[in-house]
Amino acid sequence: MIPELGHLALILALCLAALQAWFGIVGAQRGDAVWMAAVRPAAMVQSLFVLAAFAVLAYSFLISDFSVQYVAENSNVLLPWPYKITAVWGAHEGSLLLWVSVLGLWTLAVSFFSRHLPQEFAARVLGVMGLVSLGFLLFMLTTSDPFTRLLPAAEQGRDLNPILQDPAMAIHPPMLYTGYVGFSVAFAFAVAALLGGRMDAVWARWSRPWTLIAWLFLTFGITLGSWWSYYELGWGGWWFWDPVENASFMPWLVGTALVHSLAVTEKRGAFKNWTALLAIAAFSLSLLGTFLVRSGVLISVHSFASDPKRGIFILGMIGVFVGAALTLYAWRAPTLVRGGSFQPFSRETLLLLNNIFLVVAAASVLLGTLYPLLMDAFGLGQLSVGPPYFDSVFIPVMLPFFILIGIGPFVRWKHGDVSLTTRTLRMAGIAALLAGAVSLVLVHAEDGLMLAAGVLLAAWTGSSALVEPWNWWRRRREGRHGSLSRATLGMCAAHFGAALLVLGISVTSVLGVEQDLVVKPGQTVEVAGYKFDFVGVQDVQGPNYTARQGTFQVSHKGRDLGSMSPEKREFASIGNETTEAAIDPGLFRDLYVALGNPLDAGAWSVRIQYKPLVRFIWLGGLFMMLGGLLAASDRRYRRGARAEIAEAAMVSERA
Amino acid sequence: MTPARYRRLFAVLFVLAGVGVATVLGLTAFRKNILYYYTPAQVASGAAEPGRPFRMGGLVAMGSVQHVPDSLTVHFVLTDMQKSVPITYTGILPDLFREGQGIVVHGVLGDDGRFTADEVLAKHDQKYMPPEVAAAIKKAQQQEAATSKP
Repeated sequence: MIPELGHLALILALCLAALQAWFGIVGAQRGDAVWMAAVRPAAMVQSLFVLAAFAVLAYSFLISDFSVQYVAENSNVLLPWPYKITAVWGAHEGSLLLWVSVLGLWTLAVSFFSRHLPQEFAARVLGVMGLVSLGFLLFMLTTSDPFTRLLPAAEQGRDLNPILQDPAMAIHPPMLYTGYVGFSVAFAFAVAALLGGRMDAVWARWSRPWTLIAWLFLTFGITLGSWWSYYELGWGGWWFWDPVENASFMPWLVGTALVHSLAVTEKRGAFKNWTALLAIAAFSLSLLGTFLVRSGVLISVHSFASDPKRGIFILGMIGVFVGAALTLYAWRAPTLVRGGSFQPFSRETLLLLNNIFLVVAAASVLLGTLYPLLMDAFGLGQLSVGPPYFDSVFIPVMLPFFILIGIGPFVRWKHGDVSLTTRTLRMAGIAALLAGAVSLVLVHAEDGLMLAAGVLLAAWTGSSALVEPWNWWRRRREGRHGSLSRATLGMCAAHFGAALLVLGISVTSVLGVEQDLVVKPGQTVEVAGYKFDFVGVQDVQGPNYTARQGTFQVSHKGRDLGSMSPEKREFASIGNETTEAAIDPGLFRDLYVALGNPLDAGAWSVRIQYKPLVRFIWLGGLFMMLGGLLAASDRRYRRGARAEIAEAAMVSERA
Repeated sequence: MTPARYRRLFAVLFVLAGVGVATVLGLTAFRKNILYYYTPAQVASGAAEPGRPFRMGGLVAMGSVQHVPDSLTVHFVLTDMQKSVPITYTGILPDLFREGQGIVVHGVLGDDGRFTADEVLAKHDQKYMPPEVAAAIKKAQQQEAATSKP
């Protein structure tokens, strides 16, 4: 009975989403105040019904109701209860429900925080979001109903895929989806502005905090995914250029470009067309990501679906959304008034370059991801492009990009002053050159030049990100008046995070050590100066698995570092085996031991790795996220609409 | 030219130059790094260029796995039920590598017809078979059925 209530809630949500879309878009077009007034309640109740359906599915998992097919396929009585909840999004149907539920949360948030917006505009935004809900609810109810019954009920569930039984993996999908779906808000704002024919600095100011929040969640989701694959999947790799990773990386790149171009639109009223196009592109790429991951065109851990109907449905939906949005764009964009003019050396130019680099990077990822799929789809042979392609495209694009990150914030809007910028950045430049030179002299590695370039760029970006906070602190100390807005501080934090990321990637790629070895019990091996004493392997019983656990005593220069215990886990209910690496974490280096295969006479093959600064990669991601959080909470987004409109009118006049 | 036009021309040229450089870079990298996928039958018929890395999918032939003692080197045979290719791999095998399992290898074909793999992939599912492998096996079975009929 209860699962049927969940199904009913989805049907009601579908009807309400249709009303929400109709009242919002048509009501705003006709200027019908009564219709527009109905949009917000419709949106809220629609969201609540979706969330109720989600709660019902979670409840079915908690009580192990194996008469629901989806529960029977993805849970087990023995599964620890937190994983029973996260198993809700462990496969296709449930993760779609999660998608729609996250959209429901965003819709609720927009309903609450859009009261200060003009009624017409708010109605259009919610109307467009209603259309998106409608599409996904229709998709779920026609092809992937999570509440389908299994008769007779199964006695025992098939269990959750063991590699998903992990804390980071449990929260990775919700974070990622919050980012993906959050771009639907930026999309809805852009479409609403195009529909209303009014796109200006005020619009950018309304849209910006939403975009920043979506972006920071996507950043967090990608960071979590990378960290998870490092310790669970990848034998110590942190990024594989796997199509599924690319699926989340492309919207991130375009979303990053969008965050920057929104700054230009807000401050200077320029780049309006381009910003609208980026907002459409970011959401389209989010949809494409959903399609790639959920349609089963990619064969990987993430692809659960194998029903071709589903792929065609999502593809059709992308076609409708993107096609309609681009048509609207082509029709409306030429009518938008051009923004302020600017000189070749100005912050506008630098942000334009930022956008070009990011979009080129996204396009190259898109090419490498889609080309093999298209070739295969048209029967032109099976091929793939691996990490070498992405590396050789990405590195040359990112080198100039990171030089510009350091310069951009110190160039004035409209009309830059070369000598002022040079003076401000003198110290950062010296620090960067010094760091690069030191790395070149001290480190003799195979890719020493690459490392020096990475260190130089990281030092440049990092120290230039510190310039503003440093100046502020100095002014404060001297008792002079100085202010540092959260927006500026957020930018500095995010750029500093980018510096940490580059440093982590360069150092761990060039100086990391990875060795595959054969070890016998009692034998000691040495990797990168660390001694690993192999004690042996014993059997260990877990809640829903049995494991063979190896023990290594680790020491460094005579100092005991304790023991490391990598495992091989066997999940009887699924017949699956996973490798649990043992990691000795540190801020500056990780030691990583993974068991390979048992060989003759108690010997094992093992992979031992020394990974210097690998944590800086994720630390960088967290700093970027923090930057987004600071920027989104800036004072000016929390002020009333009246002040906003007055101020933005001034921006337009100046422009 | 007015300053505004000059500015616009400058911007357009800049964008074009950037996109041009990126396209050249991208396509060069693309051509160099395209990785083809073959089945053992295609390899046996000489489709693969020796010395250039490619990927190959198939089943690990029953009874073919031989570990070289005290090393990480393993020899096995990859088959699509039609043709077989001997493989040598040094390193750690994935969790689900076993005889009869569908896998994908990445490496180079030697002049002697032996494939030296630097990567062996098996997916995290016991029942999983790479779709290419499934297709190749199906094709081989159909051909067998067709040849045995008359």
